[in-house]
Amino acid sequence: MTEFFGKRWHDMGGDPAGKISYDQHDFALWEKRVDALMVLASTAGLMNTDSLRRVLEDMGEEAYEAMSYYERWIASVGQNMIEVGAFSTAELARKMAQVKARGSTYGDAT
Amino acid sequence: MPHDHQNDEPLSSSGHPFRADDDTKLSYWQVMEIAVRELLIEKGHISASQVHEQINRMDARSPANGATIVARAWTDPQFKAALLTNAGQTSRDMGFDIGPMQLIVVENTNSVHNVVVCTLCSCYPRNLLGLPPDWYKSRAYRSRTVVEPRKVLSEFGVEIAPDVQVRVHDSTADMRYLVLPAKPAEANGVSETLLANWVTRDSMIGVGLPRAPV
Amino acid sequence: MKVRVHSHWPPGHIRTPAYLRGKQGEIEREIGLFNNPEQNAYRLASEQRALVRVRFTMAEVWGDGAETPDDVIEAEIYTHWLEPV
Repeated sequence: MTEFFGKRWHDMGGDPAGKISYDQHDFALWEKRVDALMVLASTAGLMNTDSLRRVLEDMGEEAYEAMSYYERWIASVGQNMIEVGAFSTAELARKMAQVKARGSTYGDAT
Repeated sequence: MPHDHQNDEPLSSSGHPFRADDDTKLSYWQVMEIAVRELLIEKGHISASQVHEQINRMDARSPANGATIVARAWTDPQFKAALLTNAGQTSRDMGFDIGPMQLIVVENTNSVHNVVVCTLCSCYPRNLLGLPPDWYKSRAYRSRTVVEPRKVLSEFGVEIAPDVQVRVHDSTADMRYLVLPAKPAEANGVSETLLANWVTRDSMIGVGLPRAPV
Repeated sequence: MKVRVHSHWPPGHIRTPAYLRGKQGEIEREIGLFNNPEQNAYRLASEQRALVRVRFTMAEVWGDGAETPDDVIEAEIYTHWLEPV
């Protein structure tokens, strides 16, 4: 393990890396909604681009490797909303349990 | 409202409703998206129609917007000068809704080739070109473009002559970048409207060159 | 104007990339005042800070390992990260 000197994982310029993959996926409706929520919550003054990024960075490299782009984004938006007091952790917990109970697919639950 | 499908479901580019995510097993993060959205609506921070409108606005943004701007710059020297001086205002004046985005346009010439990257995250002129391609957000592109841009460009099929300077723009803070590619000689005499078809998304990121429409 | 980027390594949300810290470049243009991201990221009342674009040569950033020494990198850097050379 190399010694940590302050360069954080997301700060990737110059890091060794392999070939660029050109795989492309179409954005699903739920991903577009995540994007819209970030824009609208920012417009409403509840968060900003820097607070979005700050949470993404603090989630760490493992999250970058294991989660998809909009999975990380909704995790950050949710965290930002709790921080700013838009809703409480308990309210989010209750709502997520309700949503989950609606069905087994996104179409059923949304 | 499990089965209350509102009229806010956009169609895919093929014209079909998005279904894949509707039919696969509901994930933790999808549950969170629904919950966050409903809570923000219930508490009056946002409205369902705003979400719908924002998705429509985003779907309407595509590289075609940037291509229109490039084609105008290729045919109107005064417009090009304005674009290089104040790209944001010039784009707004042309009727593009780019929101609060701060834009810089950089010009490719006989002696300079520009390419855009964001090493810290995934900054991209999304309010003009739409959402970035997946490779733009990848570790490989973000890491390598600042250290070996010619090799990266070569992988994209763009060979830069030794006497041309490569300028890498790292989108580190508040500005977003659009490359104004050089107009191909073969495109001389083509009208502004048709010229837009020569301008690819990749040519406006700097990893491609304009080409005759197929 | 020639400037050098601070070689500072604090934790937290920072928009100055690691590979440019300690490197010397030339101010390419001034962009204006923006909310300091280092405060904005934590939803603190943000001071307005001047942002400039700095041009670095590949030779300066990567030394002997530069792909083409005369190619350049341009990046936006907040002036509180810069010192005159």
